[in-house]
Amino acid sequence: MLKNKAFSRQTKQGRVIKEVREHYLRDDIYCGAPYCKSCNVSSARLSASPSTILVLDTNVVLNQIDLLENPAIDNVVVLSVVLAEVKNKNIAVYNRLRALCSNSLRKFFVFSNEYHKDTYVNAMAGESPNDRNDRAIRTAAKWYQGHLESASILLITNDRENKKKAIEEGISAETIECYVKSLGQPELLDLIVQPPSEDVNMDDVEDLRPSKRKVIYSEHKPMSEITSGLLRGLLHQGKLRVNRFNPFEAYVGSESIGDEIIIYGRANMNRAFDGDIVAVELLPQEQWHEEKSLALADEDDDEEDVHLAPNSADDAPRVMNQGQTAPEEMKPSRPTGRVVGIIKRNWHSYCGSLEPMPMPAGDGGRAQALFVSKDRRIPKIRIQTRQLGNLLDKRIVVAVDSWDRLSRYPTGHYVRTIGEIGDRDTETEVVLIENDINTRPFSAQVLACLPPLPWSVSSQDLTNPIRQDLRHLRVCSVDPPGCKDIDDALHCMPLSNGNFEVGVHIADVTNFVHPGTPLDDEASQRGTSVYLVERRIDMLPKPLTEDICSLRADVERLAFSVIWEMTPDAEIISTKYTKSVIKSCAALSYVEAQARMDDSRLVDPITSDLRNLNGLAKIMRQRRIDRGALTLASAEVKFQIDTETHDPLDIGMYQIREANQMVEEFMLAANVAVAEKILKHFPPCALLRRHPSPTKEMLEPLLRTAEAVGLSLDVTSSKALADSLDRAKGDDPYFNKLIRILATRCMTQAVYFCSGDLSPPEYLHYGLASPLYTHFTSPIRRYADVIVHRLLAASLGIYKLPGVFQDRPKLTSISDNLNYRHRNAQMASRASIELHTLIFFRKRPTDTEARIVKIRSNGFIVFVPKYGIEGPVYVTSKGDNGGEWLVDEKQQKIRKLDGSASYGVLGTVRIHMEVVEPQPNRPKLQLTLV
Amino acid sequence: MEYVNPEGLRLDGRRPMEMRQLRAEIGVLSRADGSASFEMGNTKVIAAVYGPREVQNRSQQMNDQALVRCEYSMANFSTGDRRRKTKADRRSTEISLVIHQTMEACILTHLMPRSQIDIYVQVLQADGGTRSACINAATLALADAGIPMRDLVTSCSAGYLNSTPLLDLNYLEDSAGGADVTVGILPKLDKVTLLQMDAKLPMDIFENVMQLAVEGCKAVESHIREILLENAKTLGNRRGV
Ligand SMILES: [Zn+2]
Repeated sequence: MLKNKAFSRQTKQGRVIKEVREHYLRDDIYCGAPYCKSCNVSSARLSASPSTILVLDTNVVLNQIDLLENPAIDNVVVLSVVLAEVKNKNIAVYNRLRALCSNSLRKFFVFSNEYHKDTYVNAMAGESPNDRNDRAIRTAAKWYQGHLESASILLITNDRENKKKAIEEGISAETIECYVKSLGQPELLDLIVQPPSEDVNMDDVEDLRPSKRKVIYSEHKPMSEITSGLLRGLLHQGKLRVNRFNPFEAYVGSESIGDEIIIYGRANMNRAFDGDIVAVELLPQEQWHEEKSLALADEDDDEEDVHLAPNSADDAPRVMNQGQTAPEEMKPSRPTGRVVGIIKRNWHSYCGSLEPMPMPAGDGGRAQALFVSKDRRIPKIRIQTRQLGNLLDKRIVVAVDSWDRLSRYPTGHYVRTIGEIGDRDTETEVVLIENDINTRPFSAQVLACLPPLPWSVSSQDLTNPIRQDLRHLRVCSVDPPGCKDIDDALHCMPLSNGNFEVGVHIADVTNFVHPGTPLDDEASQRGTSVYLVERRIDMLPKPLTEDICSLRADVERLAFSVIWEMTPDAEIISTKYTKSVIKSCAALSYVEAQARMDDSRLVDPITSDLRNLNGLAKIMRQRRIDRGALTLASAEVKFQIDTETHDPLDIGMYQIREANQMVEEFMLAANVAVAEKILKHFPPCALLRRHPSPTKEMLEPLLRTAEAVGLSLDVTSSKALADSLDRAKGDDPYFNKLIRILATRCMTQAVYFCSGDLSPPEYLHYGLASPLYTHFTSPIRRYADVIVHRLLAASLGIYKLPGVFQDRPKLTSISDNLNYRHRNAQMASRASIELHTLIFFRKRPTDTEARIVKIRSNGFIVFVPKYGIEGPVYVTSKGDNGGEWLVDEKQQKIRKLDGSASYGVLGTVRIHMEVVEPQPNRPKLQLTLV
Repeated sequence: MEYVNPEGLRLDGRRPMEMRQLRAEIGVLSRADGSASFEMGNTKVIAAVYGPREVQNRSQQMNDQALVRCEYSMANFSTGDRRRKTKADRRSTEISLVIHQTMEACILTHLMPRSQIDIYVQVLQADGGTRSACINAATLALADAGIPMRDLVTSCSAGYLNSTPLLDLNYLEDSAGGADVTVGILPKLDKVTLLQMDAKLPMDIFENVMQLAVEGCKAVESHIREILLENAKTLGNRRGV
């Protein structure tokens, strides 16, 4: 088996332990050139005819990955030593390089030089690992030169020393700049990352030439000083989070002081980006208030756009300093600080567009432009481009390279163009990139984990003792129309004792997704399916999502079932959990189910099952509400999309029917039942979902609004709030719903967590008034449910608990990732709806009714119930200081001095909606009073 | 963790179906009746066989067959980290038992009634696959001692990582937490005498992995036969045959 393999040992010096690993050198590693006479060419990937082959140095890969992704760079040999170094230094770049190597459209060939008998180099005594690797790269380049005589080999390196040695050894070597210049495509030069050496020594600038550039930011402390500062408690370390709605305000969650430190203003943020790990110094307490004004003073021309009405506090602006009216002394002072050093950068690439600017004259078409990210948390980025005219009306991707003390904005480089601003596909891609959503097709490795198609329930499945045969039950599913990924179904059977047997059947995804497989890893990374207006990005490959797992009608499917015996009063007598085989007899839409239940002429078995279920659900729902569950309201929008052009044809509120509530009720019950079961069996490692109680501070805007309209709300508990919401009756039928919508947006969202990380009182789900909750019912589209299925199966003794559940930090990081993905998926959905709203109104200026939700100094914010959006309406033009209008922010009223008009919060106004373009190619929706 | 890279190479440069380098030597201890050392890559074990000889403890003597005893140990220096082990920890007891059963099954004990055969195996250096290496070393030592056997029992392991069946896991791969299937066969008789797995695998995958391990056993067998033949030749030469 092991033929003629020479043998050498590599010693790896660990901390204490010396590890000896075998390292086999081979003679069956091929060069990858299809025209090679001496190699096996079956896996060859380089160009078909001899031409220049590039061998890349590690530093080129690490710094210039954006350039490498451009198709102009091709016919490249990637050495395994380079791959290993890149993987050590930057995993993100490594993944991108790997993607290039596996992309069949590109000619990137991986040469395993570390395992080739002629290219392996042993470290010499006294040689640093870096030097050894450089030598390995040169050795491999040299080998290629000798091996492929007809092709020319070019080593690309920006390491001066390496280049010099290569040339001495007779290898042709170039810097990346020289090589790109030789290609004669000037726009490629935009992609090159300029080495930061250009922004020279600060001292030189300050001392020698009192240039016009003045120092804007204070110096970052050296790492040694930061470390000792952190140790002595003078500095605090944490991740910087910039306020999504006010980029001049940021928070650093600090473990050392157990609170968030607020950073006001760009100067105090001192060049830190959202997501950076920073070192913060607290400001003297007497400055805490003064600094606050910086956050506002900095603000330039940021106007609020019309956006989708928020569904939770996470979507809405933080409670901000409400101008002068908010009583300052009542607000508790929060620790305020400034960034003194950056421990770890979170720079990546950003989507956005260039700030409109005139074309510069001359200078060979080279222009300095400012890039504005779509993500408002990111500062403007200065880039240099030779294709300004081409880029002004485009959405582009830009990466950040550096930010020195003398520049107001960071410096970056152009990466690629996505498409024209305003174009639906372009903007959708922007949404996906911004929210870090993986839309790549599933890899061959992942697809290899799928069972062979066509799949059907096998006789083994039926005889498997863990599985109960429930095919005889009359099971049906109720979902939105056109739903293809059906992950839940119900049955309801009257028992002879007058009780009901009710079953919730969930697609048995974990029967196909096994822990540790590439399929499982991929799903765990994706975390959730993403639903955009016109498309869906699946968590699992389509055959699983739409066929094998989907509980479609009239086919046998595997399920995980929760079965209760319930009295006619919906009291649960017993709960049973089992894997099962079911055969759904109908896949209904909500509308169909509702129509059946409403049609008194229908008496078929399914319809009566539905009526029984609905009856039970109503009782369960009422009981839940009595316990204090909040019936919150959100404005969900539904588009009707043209199947050909994918343009929105109509838009309206999503109508919630009894049938929706019926299904929801049983899903909630199943989730609660499963949460109890898994927590009982695995107290330290159950994955649960909690909804934190809102703090007083968070509910303040709701209380202020309610007070302005003379409504008093009791927010001491969820029960009290629910009751006072029930009592909130206004003059019109929509008033109550409006108050509920306002209440909803004060709450944060529910989050996943690992039960071992918190104590039981914190497990509470506030909105559902349930002490325990988890997600079990949608494993096709949520990975959390997949984990919960595994936990439930283990608690029933069906499978062993996978090893990951023993590893608490890993589990916590999984649940963090799920929260991140979940949040991003929601933001992407919202952004997609906003985008389609904009497209819809582009050709349809409309007059409609709106409700005022907040009065401001220059107008008010309105909510448009029909379209689920909200945005500002200005009664005075910008710069005009109120003039003829009198604003009473406390009473939330605004009126004209001459008394001809007045508006109060929650009042109704008629507005005109129209898409305007204040700047070319920057369309936005504008709301004006009629 | 990536145990097989997209180029199809494992961490130590082997391909999934390749075994580590095998090395074996016979007669390494002159006092024993039979002895051998066996190496699979960096795993090195030594085996010594005493017997057939008089039964030391009369009460254990059997009138119809030989008594086979087996003692397994791990040298304190074998793993590199200086972990002190109690002499009879559970793992050693279990491995002793496995080796004992496997060897006893292939020795023709009924030919040597009222006698005792002692097999000692010690791991000098551990790098995964110690169980298999011990069995292979014991086989060689028994052959060296001239003890009659049904067949040369050989052993090899295979695992399943990154959705790929891998032959002959080294320590790094073994500690990855995937399945590890150890198989022992009687190659001439085409019989499996040992089958161990310490994780769960779907049936179809298990069959593939086990088949791979069986292939590994056969490769070990041909290597062992070569060593024995060579040994027989040198012995012959010494006697002037
Ligand atoms: Zn070749």
